[in-house]
Amino acid sequence: MNVETQKVKIFMQKHDNQKRALISILQDIQAEFNYLPKEALQDVAKTLEIPLIHIIGVATFYRSFSLEPRGKHQATVCTGTACHVRGGPKILDEFERKLGVEAGHTTEDRQFTLETVACLGCCAIGPVVVVDNEYFAHTSIREVGSILKKYRKKEKDNE
Amino acid sequence: MIKFIMNGLEVQAEEGWSILETAKFYGLEIPTLCYNEGLSPYGGCRLCLVEIGEGPRAKLVSSCTYPAEEGLFVRTDTNRVIKARRMMIELMLSVAPGSKVIQDLASKFGVKQMRFEVRNEECILCGLCVRICAEQMDAHAIGFQNRGHKKKISTPFDIRSDVCRHCGACMYICPACQLRCQGPDADTAVCNACLTMDPTCLDTYDELQCWMYDAGKCGTCVQEKPEKPNSEDNEKTA
Repeated sequence: MNVETQKVKIFMQKHDNQKRALISILQDIQAEFNYLPKEALQDVAKTLEIPLIHIIGVATFYRSFSLEPRGKHQATVCTGTACHVRGGPKILDEFERKLGVEAGHTTEDRQFTLETVACLGCCAIGPVVVVDNEYFAHTSIREVGSILKKYRKKEKDNE
Repeated sequence: MIKFIMNGLEVQAEEGWSILETAKFYGLEIPTLCYNEGLSPYGGCRLCLVEIGEGPRAKLVSSCTYPAEEGLFVRTDTNRVIKARRMMIELMLSVAPGSKVIQDLASKFGVKQMRFEVRNEECILCGLCVRICAEQMDAHAIGFQNRGHKKKISTPFDIRSDVCRHCGACMYICPACQLRCQGPDADTAVCNACLTMDPTCLDTYDELQCWMYDAGKCGTCVQEKPEKPNSEDNEKTA
């Protein structure tokens, strides 16, 4: 038994292997591995006696779960109505160009996951970009590079 | 016994019946697509819409999921209901115009136009295959994934499922992906080849007869257009 399966087992035991705790268990797995590994989901299905397809249904329904490994930093570009009219899509294009991935995907070096959101509720400061819970207000295409550089730099400093 | 009014008649329903089941018991026809007697109701196709209540408070509900209640006032064929049903058929048609079942419904309910972009997806997400797999076959091999416009039906991780026994029940029950409409332009538009039938083969003939022999072309069910008297002139121009 590898470390991964053991961890998943502990998460399930924390909730007494209850079917109704499925989402909590998935959240724990997501927090631990930064995505939902296939083997982990199969273990959960077996132990909780839930058909695997139901778990997949839940895992693909909620945005906080991901079946693919997520990047270290999460970049979210708002494309809601207010941000849209102020140039949100152009900023998203710039992010896609700079990172080389489409929205919803992770860069090859697993540093950034690019996502879109419909509205963040702070339309007054749009177009909004959020990276790891840090909000960037009134962003322009020019700023995209510096935002990414800031997080890349943090990475280097930590090393 | 639950007593309520349906289309002006006083009807009695047993405990646990839906409006649709009561209507069927009394022989009132309500069109359905995602409903199957052996499966749990889903309320996805919205074809079985009926109007309940009176006056400005009347609202549309799906009769397959709405339980019969004491003192309900149900109307199954008001203008509003028919309009809503036509819209639903039109929407489903734009998703899967190749489906014989949906083209037949369009012909039957007089849907002659389709104002939406054709998507040719071969799946209208009616959930019949998911339910038959789970409830009748007890396999739970396929299910809904994602949500919104990305919603789809598939096996876990889109690979061959361990629990699938290849029984084929999902394909048997599918209204969209198996039986193809063979009429003219079926893939691009409203076919309506069956619309001119007299009597309509939808009720009279076995549907096999139609798609085996090129519906609309064999002539058994479609009235040909009366030839114009000056047919010679037409030939010359052609």
